[in-house]
Amino acid sequence: MKKNKLSEGLVEILLRISAGASVLAIIIITVFIFYKGIPLIAKVGIIDFLFNLKWVPTNGSFGIGAMVIGSLAVTFCSLVWSVPLGIMTAILMAEIAPPKLADVLARFVELLAGIPSVVYGFFGLIVIVPFIRNHLGGVGLSVLAGAIVLGIMILPTIINISRDAILAIPKEYKENSLALGATHYQSIFRVILPAASSGIITAIVLGLGRAIGETMAVLMVTGNAAVLPDSLLAPVRTMTSNIVLEMGYAAGDHQAALFATGTVLFIFIVILNLAVSISMKAGTENGN
Amino acid sequence: MKTKLECKEVKVFYKDFQALHGIDMDIFENRVTALIGPSGCGKSTFLRTINRLNELIEGTRTEGEIYLDEKNIYSNEIDVVALRKKVGMVFQKPSVFPMSIYENIAYGPKIHGIKNKGKLDSIVEKSLVAANLWQEVKDRIHKPAAGLSGGQQQRLVIARVLAVEPEVILMDEPASALDPISTSKLEELIGELKKQYTIVIVTHNMQQAARVSDFTGFFLNGFLIEYSKTNDLFVNPHDKKTEDYITGRFG
Repeated sequence: MKKNKLSEGLVEILLRISAGASVLAIIIITVFIFYKGIPLIAKVGIIDFLFNLKWVPTNGSFGIGAMVIGSLAVTFCSLVWSVPLGIMTAILMAEIAPPKLADVLARFVELLAGIPSVVYGFFGLIVIVPFIRNHLGGVGLSVLAGAIVLGIMILPTIINISRDAILAIPKEYKENSLALGATHYQSIFRVILPAASSGIITAIVLGLGRAIGETMAVLMVTGNAAVLPDSLLAPVRTMTSNIVLEMGYAAGDHQAALFATGTVLFIFIVILNLAVSISMKAGTENGN
Repeated sequence: MKTKLECKEVKVFYKDFQALHGIDMDIFENRVTALIGPSGCGKSTFLRTINRLNELIEGTRTEGEIYLDEKNIYSNEIDVVALRKKVGMVFQKPSVFPMSIYENIAYGPKIHGIKNKGKLDSIVEKSLVAANLWQEVKDRIHKPAAGLSGGQQQRLVIARVLAVEPEVILMDEPASALDPISTSKLEELIGELKKQYTIVIVTHNMQQAARVSDFTGFFLNGFLIEYSKTNDLFVNPHDKKTEDYITGRFG
């Protein structure tokens, strides 16, 4: 009896320590990034830092405008094709495909999620970049290449979460809709998808977060020129790439500017997470 | 009294299990027909053969014929979508769609091609009035339907069925999730609806069957044991099993 109580107490202490450690790690990282990055943003001025297109750190010109736009451009272009494709695949898996086929598809999607990002980058570099160079022009290292690779990488997130959202819709909705004389597709598009919309929005925002934070694959296929891209075929540098490319030799204000880039990214992700929790809360209030 | 539905030798199989054994039953127009029997006796399965909803469950097979106005709904020429427009269904648990009251009712007419706003407005109002719900909700028809009480939701579902102008309404234990007051409102409504529609209702509650129906069929283990006028069945059952069931000896 006594021994049981003792071991239970120990387990509880262990759990508390583990939970505390992860929370502490997050707090320390956050404080550190802000501590290193904020002074430079204050020095340069937040407007200038965010919107100035001139990034010449050796000259003391720290504007990440081109990178902010680069990140947004690559992310947006990847979402443009992967969101519709992902949602359609989710509908197929949840509603249309026979269970066996849906199961096979689910395994492939899992596989897609498990591939390391450097492999995606390598594939992009060897296959997609030359394809763009040969068929569309430019050097191949481009916004488009980044958008294609990133889109493939965030498909699993969009597919899995959308599919779960669709599967969570009570089957009574479908029965009722069919009993009113609706076809299967009318039921899907007019009842099931609207009912699952908060889950699908969550899927999109999480995909967006993943896309904006992705570094290695994007770094390998986008060319990384720190200038504003003037077309889909132009090279581009994202905020994440900016940090990786220059952290090896940066010092002083330059290093601080990289931390400041990290701070901006961090704030982006926090905003996206807030958007997810708001959308999920809206979903529960609708009674789903 | 016109025969609305003529069921001949209806058999349903779930994979290897036979759920219905050759049901023969005539259902009359503008009458309420109640189906009673213990759980698992096949009454809901039979109800779902009339709008072919059993087909949603994989591995289900239906044999026999059901004639709706002398047309076999199991023949190959029948369009299931058109059939379900004619044969509406109210389920056990009211399931309102996560949209406004108005949109719930307008859903059926919209999918059947009505786009005119004025026409939709009048269908919505007419259906809500017919379902005895208009007075309670007329000031908030653009509010989410999920905010209604259980009894109101069930009447909303009935209004949604009425909006597609069916001829037959199937009800699968429509009052089992309702409180006594909502139940009596629903029963009153059923009495009014039969003037225009043919109603088939599955119920667990024998008093309810006695109160609302003109004809009653007693199902047991997939067989239709006895089918006659409600009064005769309850007062003077011919089969020993029917008598045992309605006197509460099993169930």
